[in-house]
Amino acid sequence: MKKILAIIRPDKLEEVKQALEEIGCHGLTVKEVRGRGRQLGITESYRGHDYKVDLLPKTEIEIVTMEVKLDNIVETIVKTAQTGDIGDGKIFISPVEEVIRIRTGERGEKAI
Amino acid sequence: MDPVLNSGDTAWMLISTALVILMTIPGVALFYGGLIRRENVLNTIFLSFISFAIVSILWFVYGYDLVFGADIWGFIGTLSNPFFGGVIESNTLSTYAPTIPTGLYAIYQMTFAAITVALISGAVVERMKFSAWLAFIPVWITLVYIPVSHWVWGGGWLAQMGVLDFAGGTVVHVNCGMAALALVLLLGARKNSQLLPHHLGYSIIGTGLLWFGWFGFNAGSALGATNLAVSAMIVTNMSAAVGMITWILMDKLETGKPTLLGALSGAIAGLAAITPAAGYVNITAAIIIGFIASICGYYAVSHLKPRLGYDDSLDVFGIHGVSGIIGTIAVGIFATPLINSAIKGGLIAGNPGQIGIQILAVLVIGVYAFIMTLIIGKVIDITIGLRVEKKHEVQGLDINLHEESGYRLS
Repeated sequence: MKKILAIIRPDKLEEVKQALEEIGCHGLTVKEVRGRGRQLGITESYRGHDYKVDLLPKTEIEIVTMEVKLDNIVETIVKTAQTGDIGDGKIFISPVEEVIRIRTGERGEKAI
Repeated sequence: MDPVLNSGDTAWMLISTALVILMTIPGVALFYGGLIRRENVLNTIFLSFISFAIVSILWFVYGYDLVFGADIWGFIGTLSNPFFGGVIESNTLSTYAPTIPTGLYAIYQMTFAAITVALISGAVVERMKFSAWLAFIPVWITLVYIPVSHWVWGGGWLAQMGVLDFAGGTVVHVNCGMAALALVLLLGARKNSQLLPHHLGYSIIGTGLLWFGWFGFNAGSALGATNLAVSAMIVTNMSAAVGMITWILMDKLETGKPTLLGALSGAIAGLAAITPAAGYVNITAAIIIGFIASICGYYAVSHLKPRLGYDDSLDVFGIHGVSGIIGTIAVGIFATPLINSAIKGGLIAGNPGQIGIQILAVLVIGVYAFIMTLIIGKVIDITIGLRVEKKHEVQGLDINLHEESGYRLS
């Protein structure tokens, strides 16, 4: 089992969610996060003063999946979240030791 | 003929009183509350609400009489009815507004005292002790607002000289602006003195309520449902609109983009500047007043403040103080008996001497408010301490001073 942690542009969330739905990937957790990479900051201006905002709002999608579905999901995210400009985000993949469904106590892949 | 109660005038003044209350709670409270860090939102809003409550009490215990009671040497009124004793029961009409009850005139004036203190709070947010603010309110009202208000509106020495301040350019705006400047000099700058609004939505609602309430403030200062009230309403709205658009133009020219906070700030600059002039000038003058106040306000907050380095957090001096000065002096130029037959008018109406009186009022009230506030602030600093602990300032005041937070996760 693998965990996919994708940090994407907030405005791409709907598209990505829909594309994942189409390939049968329903379960996901979404967080609003802030961070920075190569995109660096943007400028905001209040009462004639410019302020550099160096942490940008991003959206984080967390998906736990069986290994056979992994490549398909990752490809889908890359394809839909990509604009080609700096700031598209990153995907991190890591192994998951165990999954437990709280309602039934089931463990392993059938609990995903 | 004995004066009789006019129900139209009384109804309008009851409404105006409620409108000005809405300006302070929650108008000013929300306007300021949106502009600070999220960790300080409750404290900032609290400063306005507590000001309103304390002034409401003091005003009827002794405040009204000291401002509007029989004049003593031009300096202060006589305290003849403490706790407003017997005034409501006697059903008298006000000597200042002979068609409405004395009590109505008194509570209308109370709302002006309350908003003046609440406005000062914008300068000291995010770092002043709540206890110090609690001590500041009654002392400042007693030693600064009450005498100044008596000089201008209660038959004091400036009133005797013929100063014109229709709705509070000097009493409210110059007064609060200079007091704010004095307090921030004592308090010092915040550790993080950036103006990064955590929730502009609050400030939008606050500004809307201020603009709306300002019709009670300015048109209400006609003290009746009269043509003069209509005239004051029109010029008030005109100046606000011109102020807003002018600030947006300044934004565009100076930083490249029109900003909403700039629009709100410009509207308030226009409203504050027309306040002393609302019952004396025509529409052309209102356009000029709103335009100049907005440009000067813009430069005060974007150039003067960083150059001098004081941390007037939400620009109480830069917007209210500067606009109050401009509006008060503008009265000396543009006031006309064609709008208000009770006056001789200003420079354009052939009475250049009025400018001198207006400038004198700005100088005297500005200097008095500044020095008295410095003294009051210094005494509070020595006895209670003005500033919160460094740790509390960094973590935020809501959780440390009030054990509450504006935004809870669950």
